[in-house]
Amino acid sequence: MANTVETAAALNKDEILRYSRHLIMPEVGMEGQTRLKQARVLCIGAGGLGSPLAMYLGAAGVGTIGIVDFDVVDFTNLQRQIIHGTADVGRKKLDSAADTLREINPYVNVRKFETKLTSANALELFREFDIIVDGTDNFPTRYLVNDACVLTGKPNVYGSIFRFEGQASVFATKEGPCYRCLYPEPPPPGLVPSCAEGGVLGILPGLVGVIQATETIKLILGSGDPLIGRLLLVDALAMRFRELKLRKNPDCPACGPNPTVRELIDYNQFCGIRGEEAVPAPVSSDMTVEEFKRRLNAGDDLFVLDVREPHEYQICNLGGYLIPLNDLPKRVHELDSSREIVVHCKMGGRSAKAADFLRQSGFSKVHNLAGGINAWAERVDPNVPKY
Amino acid sequence: MKILIPTPLRQYAGKLGVVEVTATTVGEALNSLTSAYPELRRHLYNEEGKLRAFVNVYLNDDDVRYLQNEQTTVKDGDTLSIIPSIAGGRG
Repeated sequence: MANTVETAAALNKDEILRYSRHLIMPEVGMEGQTRLKQARVLCIGAGGLGSPLAMYLGAAGVGTIGIVDFDVVDFTNLQRQIIHGTADVGRKKLDSAADTLREINPYVNVRKFETKLTSANALELFREFDIIVDGTDNFPTRYLVNDACVLTGKPNVYGSIFRFEGQASVFATKEGPCYRCLYPEPPPPGLVPSCAEGGVLGILPGLVGVIQATETIKLILGSGDPLIGRLLLVDALAMRFRELKLRKNPDCPACGPNPTVRELIDYNQFCGIRGEEAVPAPVSSDMTVEEFKRRLNAGDDLFVLDVREPHEYQICNLGGYLIPLNDLPKRVHELDSSREIVVHCKMGGRSAKAADFLRQSGFSKVHNLAGGINAWAERVDPNVPKY
Repeated sequence: MKILIPTPLRQYAGKLGVVEVTATTVGEALNSLTSAYPELRRHLYNEEGKLRAFVNVYLNDDDVRYLQNEQTTVKDGDTLSIIPSIAGGRG
């Protein structure tokens, strides 16, 4: 067996030089480096976690790296998604990531999958790889990745981040627990904010993504103690790493002895999400930024209520009265219900909730500014920064 | 004993990362926490008053589901951690 491995994936002279710091370590050596070259790793997402992860896997000599992504690079990505550069803004993340990987290591075979991972394509895709690395940003895809890993018998190298905290583990190995053993059910939509709403410290996906890369390399080499049955918690602000024990749940619907998940399901429905994204549909009381501008120019008496956080107000504002959404119930008495109120936030989500709350509290003349201050910056006043 | 509050829930716990409570069981500790911060209750418990399935509670490094759940006894110096699911990474 070892002989066939060496002949099928023999390293040439350039590769031997490139990987010499690996080759002189007994834990890797020629055998380990050959295994890396033969390994096929699928990265779900070329964003915050996927960037450092794919770059280190490529540099380390993982022979085949697949990337699933359908997004385009934008300026707000560059604070943490280091696989993309300023010149890549507007390009497909897949193309930008593939170029960076080829620049780091031309011996890597990069396979690009420009698609959203779905129940229809996940199993087929996973079967072509040895290890799946989860760098997604939403609950439906996380459950999908987990279940598809369990069904195809591929390890799921998991990482997740929020603001300055991260989690990492290795799920769905034969002996270890899966993501559903830890979290049988997703949180209802809206209860846990996304990165776009909550923000994320730029270096945190670097920390967590490199932990995922480390675990991936260890699984390929078959050495060390992988994070199987352990959940690593990273608090970058306190710079504290903690570890929790994970057990294989005997009642797990995915990996238990009597599984109920025997095929992939509708994960948006499972996570309570209707339609593609949870963007509120415009309602009749919504006001467009153009209409808002026209009313202001006409000198109409409008009370502008800003329901963002104080640190967002510092980035840019429309001179509105600031009451963060969470404080609105206890500060609602500060508002005059006889006046016409225009509520805004960054993109229109929080202000829609605020407008609903105000209407329920007896305010009858409330408008939600559709698209928020970002729409204002885009379509009315280019001097207002977008963020 | 200490209860560690994760980042997503700190906004409902006076922005605190650690809350000190006195309790003899896990249930008492969580009760004392949610009495002090009532907004936390709906994030930790469902309408039937049961801990939500996406919220994991760990006593030191062990999941209380594999101990005696909310009846698990606690002592001074123990740390209770609330570990909610987070999903960020790609965007």
